[in-house]
Amino acid sequence: MARWGMVIDLDLCTGCQACSVACKAENNLAVPQDGVADNGRHFSWLEVISFVEGEYPRVKMRMLPLPCMHCDRPPCVKVCPVGATYLSEEGIVGQIYNRCIGCRYCTTACPYTVRYFNWHAPVWPEPMSKSLNPDVSVRPKGVVEKCTFCHHRLMKARDQARFEARSLRPGEYVPACVEACPAKAMWFGDLDDPASEVSQLASSRRAFRLMEDLGTEPKVIYLQER
Amino acid sequence: MNDAIGSAHTPSLGEDAILVQPIVHSTRRFYILTAVLLGVTGLGIFAYCLQYRNGLGVTGLNRPVYWGVYITNFVFFIGISHAGTLISAILRIVSAEWRRTITRSAEVITVMVLLFGVGNILIDLGRPDRMLNVVKHGHLQSPLLWDVCSITTYLICSTVYLYLPLIPDIAILRDNIANKHWLYRMLALGWKGTPRQWRILHILMSVMAIVVIPVAVSVHTVVSFVFAMTIQPMWHSAIFGPYFVAGAIFSGVAALIVAMAIIRWAYHLEGYFKPIHFNYLGILLLVMSLLWLYFTLSEFLTTFYGHEPIHMKVFNAKLFGPYAPYFWTMVLTCFVLPFIILSNRKTRTVAGTVIASISVNIGMYLERYIIVVPSLSNPRLPRESVSYTPTWVEWCILAGCFSTFMLLYVLFTKFFPIVSIWEVKEGREKAVAEVSERIRQYLPSANLSEPKLKDALPT
Repeated sequence: MARWGMVIDLDLCTGCQACSVACKAENNLAVPQDGVADNGRHFSWLEVISFVEGEYPRVKMRMLPLPCMHCDRPPCVKVCPVGATYLSEEGIVGQIYNRCIGCRYCTTACPYTVRYFNWHAPVWPEPMSKSLNPDVSVRPKGVVEKCTFCHHRLMKARDQARFEARSLRPGEYVPACVEACPAKAMWFGDLDDPASEVSQLASSRRAFRLMEDLGTEPKVIYLQER
Repeated sequence: MNDAIGSAHTPSLGEDAILVQPIVHSTRRFYILTAVLLGVTGLGIFAYCLQYRNGLGVTGLNRPVYWGVYITNFVFFIGISHAGTLISAILRIVSAEWRRTITRSAEVITVMVLLFGVGNILIDLGRPDRMLNVVKHGHLQSPLLWDVCSITTYLICSTVYLYLPLIPDIAILRDNIANKHWLYRMLALGWKGTPRQWRILHILMSVMAIVVIPVAVSVHTVVSFVFAMTIQPMWHSAIFGPYFVAGAIFSGVAALIVAMAIIRWAYHLEGYFKPIHFNYLGILLLVMSLLWLYFTLSEFLTTFYGHEPIHMKVFNAKLFGPYAPYFWTMVLTCFVLPFIILSNRKTRTVAGTVIASISVNIGMYLERYIIVVPSLSNPRLPRESVSYTPTWVEWCILAGCFSTFMLLYVLFTKFFPIVSIWEVKEGREKAVAEVSERIRQYLPSANLSEPKLKDALPT
C-alpha cells in the first residue's frame, strides 16, 4: 500500500501561485462574491502564504505554499463527532461532504488551519459554472472542505491501470498543483517506496516538516537551506 | 378507604395560599411581560430562519475564528445550568434546612437553560438538518460526542430530579384548584400521600440527588474537554475541567440569586425568599469568586511563566491586545466588584447580592468569550486574518435565547408552584424537632443537655 506524500522545495518556489490557481480550477472552488474576502471567508485549498522573518537589517520574506499536511496523526480526524473526516489506508485525509454536520470542530482543532468552511452556497460566474470539473463534487453551504491530494485523480489513474491489467506506475497519479508548478519545485509520490523521488528528497538534509514538534506527522515535506 | 387516607394526608394550603396565587390568577403585568418576551423570541426565530436559509455567512464568523458567540452561549448556558440541580442536590444531601424554599426555583433553571445550551450547538451547525448523524455515525473519539452523551444524561436526570419533588405539589393543585385539572391529575401519577408513597418518593429523591452530582460535574468537565483536548494554544490545559466546573457553579449561583430576586419581587414572596437566603447564597458566591480567581491566576501564571511564544501571542491578545477591554472587565465583574460587595456583611443584602450576581453573570459571559475567540484568532501560522465582530443575527439569537428561557420560566411558575409547598410545610411541622434532635446529638454529653433542650422544643 502506498503512502502518498508531497515535497515542496522552498528554495525553488518563486511564489507565483500557479499551484493555487490550478487547485481552484481542478477542485471546483467557488469564486468569492463581493465582501466575502473582506470578511475573511475566501479560501483556497492550497494557499501561498507570505510572512516576514527576522528584524531589520536581517529581514527575509518567506513564501510558503500551504496545502493540507495529510498528517499521519491528524488532530482533525480525532475530534470529528460523525466520522466525516478520515485517514485513508493510503494516508490521505479525506472529507465526506454529505455526512459533515458543519460543527467546525475540525477547523478549530487543525493546527495548520487548512480546513475551510462553506459560509455561503458556492457561486460561479456564468461561463465558469458550465466548465466545472465533473470528477469533483461541488460542496453545498454549511460543510467543511479541504485539500484531498486530488484523490479523484488517484481513482482515475487506478481505474486506467486496472483496465490495462497492470499496477499503478509512479508519476501516473499527481495532484493538479504539482503538475502546474512552473518552477518544478513540487514533487508527489509514495513515501514508502525507497526508490521514489519524494522519499529520497524527504531524507535530504534540507528537509523539514511544519510544526514537527506537535507530533502530527505531516506528509508534506518542505526543502530549504537553513 | 384509599380516598379517605388520601384526603386526610393531602395538606390544605393554609398560610401557603400565596404560593398558588400565580397559578390561579394572572395579572396584567404578566401578560405584558409575556408579550414582550414573545416579541424578542420572534426576533430570534426570524434571525435564525435567515441564517438557516443563507448559511452561517450571516454571522461575523470567519477564517480562522470558526467559533464565536454561539459556542460562547453554549458554554455559558450549560454553566448556568449548574445552578439548580447541583446546588439543590448538595443542600438536600447535607440537609441544609434553608434550602426548602429555594430548591425548586434552582432546579427549574437547570432544566430550562440546558435546552438553550444544547440549542446553541445546533444553531451553530452548518447543517442542522444532519444533526442526527451524531447518532447514526457517532464517533466516540470526539469530545463533542462525550458532550452529547453527558448532556443528554444530565437533561434526563435533572428533569426527573425536578419532577419527583413536584409530585406532592401537583397533587395539592389537583385537589385544590379547579382549572387545568386534567393536567394535574395526569402528572400527579395518582399521588395520595400514603406512607408507602412518601417512603418511595424520599428514596428516589435521595438516589437522584446523589446520582445528579457526578453527572453535573461530568457535564461541565466534558464541555471544557471540547477545548482542552485540542492542541491549540491556551485551550490545551489540564485545569480546564475543574476551572469550567467552578466557573459553572459560580455563574449558576449568580443566576439563581437573580432569579430568586425577580420571583420574590413579582409574586410578593418576601416571606419565602428571605434576606438570610440571599446572605447564605452570597457567601457561596463569594467563595466561588475566590475559587475563580485562584483558577484564573493559576492558568495565566502558568502560561506567562512558561513564556512559549505561541501561547504568549494569545496571552498578550487577552491581557493587552484587542481582548483587553473584555479581560479587565471580566476581572472587575467576576472578582473585584463581587468581592467588595459580598465580603462586607453590611452590603451582603438582597440588593447587594443581586448587583454582585448580575456583575458575575456579565463577567462569566465575557470569560467564556475570551476563552473561545482569542485562541482561534491567533493561529500558529501567520496567515492574514480579520477580526471577529458578531453581527446583529448573532445578537438577536442570543436575545431570543434569553427571552425564550425567561418565557419558559415564567410559564412554569404559571403551572406549578415555584416554591415547594410540601417541603415548606414539612419544614414547619417536622424540621424544627429534627434539627433540635440533630444538634442534641452533636453535643458532647447527651444526658447533660437533654432536659434543657427538651424545654426549648416547641410543642
